[in-house]
Amino acid sequence: MNYGFQFGVVWDNIPELLEGAWLTLQLGCFAFAGGSLIGLLFATIKTYGAWPLRFLVDCYVIFITNTPALIQIYFLYFGLPEVGIRWSNEACLLIGLTMNAGAYLTLILRAGFLSVRVTEIEASQTLGMSLIQQVRYIILPHIAKSIYPALANFFIVVLVMGTSVGALIGVDELTGQAINLSTVNYRWLEYFTVVAGMYVVLTFIASIGLALLGRWAFRVKARIF
Amino acid sequence: MERILEQIPRFFSGPNMTLLLEAAGLTLAMTLTGCLIGFGLAFVLVYLRQTPGMWALPLRWICITYVEVFRRIPFIVVIYLVLFFIQAVTPDASLFTIAVIAICLYAVAYTADIIRGGIESVPITQVEAAQSMNLSRLQTNIRIILPQAWPVIAPPAIAFAVSFIKDTALVSQVGVFELTFRGKELNNQGYSGLLVFGTIALCYFLLSFPLSILGQYLEKRLATPRGERRSRKIRHP
Amino acid sequence: MQHLEVSDVRAKYGTLEVLKGISFSIKKGEIASLVGPSGSGKSTVLRALMGLTPITDGTVMIGNERMNYSSAKEVRAARDRMAIVFQQYNLFQNMTVMQNLTLAPLKIKKWGKADVIAEARRLLELVGLSDRANAYPDQLSGGQQQRVALARALALKPQILLLDEVTSALDPELVNEVLDAVRKLANEGMTMIIVSHEMAFVREVADQVIFMDEGHIIEAGKPADIFDNSQTDRARDFFSKILRH
Repeated sequence: MNYGFQFGVVWDNIPELLEGAWLTLQLGCFAFAGGSLIGLLFATIKTYGAWPLRFLVDCYVIFITNTPALIQIYFLYFGLPEVGIRWSNEACLLIGLTMNAGAYLTLILRAGFLSVRVTEIEASQTLGMSLIQQVRYIILPHIAKSIYPALANFFIVVLVMGTSVGALIGVDELTGQAINLSTVNYRWLEYFTVVAGMYVVLTFIASIGLALLGRWAFRVKARIF
Repeated sequence: MERILEQIPRFFSGPNMTLLLEAAGLTLAMTLTGCLIGFGLAFVLVYLRQTPGMWALPLRWICITYVEVFRRIPFIVVIYLVLFFIQAVTPDASLFTIAVIAICLYAVAYTADIIRGGIESVPITQVEAAQSMNLSRLQTNIRIILPQAWPVIAPPAIAFAVSFIKDTALVSQVGVFELTFRGKELNNQGYSGLLVFGTIALCYFLLSFPLSILGQYLEKRLATPRGERRSRKIRHP
Repeated sequence: MQHLEVSDVRAKYGTLEVLKGISFSIKKGEIASLVGPSGSGKSTVLRALMGLTPITDGTVMIGNERMNYSSAKEVRAARDRMAIVFQQYNLFQNMTVMQNLTLAPLKIKKWGKADVIAEARRLLELVGLSDRANAYPDQLSGGQQQRVALARALALKPQILLLDEVTSALDPELVNEVLDAVRKLANEGMTMIIVSHEMAFVREVADQVIFMDEGHIIEAGKPADIFDNSQTDRARDFFSKILRH
């Protein structure tokens, strides 16, 4: 194989790659946060809403979870300008990812909702709690522990798989930077190997952070109840 | 809106639809090939990962590292790595092959964990009974463990393959003529983005949704105890 | 010559030493019974003999062959001469009764198919389950599964049969059918080591009773001597509590 590896070039571009990693992290967090709000709203609708609303939510979830995130983002990226909306690349990615995450998070949160015993909900209803209060004080704390692993795992998915799609529409997150730099230096294998390593490190840090957060959050909750 | 309406007859023309149909077939073919081969290799990986003995420690570590690393890298990065690695070695490898290899590598990492979970769900007492009778590790795995692990492995494995249909969209980046690639092509030709990608989304939906329903049905069927399921098919020794 | 001779055997479960120097011997055709409180190491003795729990010290002789448990090949030799029946039956759930019985004789011992099937049928009749040859384990009761497990162990024609609390996991009404089967085997002269809580049964069939506690053998002797006339305090204490029922 006549291909001389030159990792030195990559070393010179570490600042750009780190910028990309930082953008990846930001995008992942915002998309996950936004998606969680959507997921919470839709899971609540699916549990308590009237059937037309539930049907709409189902359509949304089924459609999003059976089509590629890339296509959803392309739809926004190529389609929105036609109706006069001109969002930046990053905005398209973020909105697309958020909507995508929202659908999957609806499923995760709904599973959590279903695991709460009916008696607890009835009790809170007799206490005169509004729907929002019920969700906030009874359901969420109860399911936080059981769905936390699924949520943490999905965050990693969004962080790694979700944000990297942005590279295909010109967003300079980690994968995007790798492509940018490679087209200049033609050191594709070196850049991508290093970037792969950076993703692994990033996810390990995120996993550890999430594990610590889980432990801290649980301890707080345990004290209250 | 009017623009879209006027494009529709041209868009849904014969040649376009044929291209899309072929592309859909290619998407399915890639997914199926990649996932099947990946699934088979994953079994080997998990088997190797469980080789006993101190001498096998490096082997076990390699297996564990592979899975942990490839589960944490985005698929697009894997695709690029495979692309440039293969092209450095064999410049005329077909893009389809490269895509399938990338899918394979990725599928091995994800299915390995599914398989391992299934194998670990078989009670160790079954293994001890087999050991007491001097069954070899290979025989124990094939005759005792796998048949019992299968109902635990199959549903998530199938679900993974079905969901991978969506991930193949990223392969469009290297020029394989699958659905997303054709979509970008049609968009470049001037068709409305909303129309094109809406239709492509629908194509993916039509591939993915029925298969995922099938997967859920299979999951329910595999949940019935073996006695009830097999009482009609009795195999004699 | 003793059929089985165990000398100063030690065994570990992880970091915990479970057997702390066990010595006993059994003659051919004799039935020895290991009794004692939970955690005394009774089951571990059987597991160690089968190579499921590692032996760290001591010797095991079968006949005049020394069993060396340090290499995989040696462990196979030990497993070749003995068979064990577990408390949880451990039948292969994905196979029929017949397949459970014939798997090892056909694939490991590589005996002739016709002979193996004939022998399997004979054993099923011995334990009284001829009509369930094609059933799957999850279609059988606990007592039936345990009898199949017994037949499966015998199908390998072991020299020594190890029974590890074979009735402890069963509902009371199913215990007797299993004990009947074991009784038949005892009458046929099989060398056995039985770990059990069923004291009346032990008293009836055992030639030798070995009382264990905390990894040591405290006392050993004939059933009548041990049950009624134990020499040590611990043994006396244990039996007075057990035999009150």
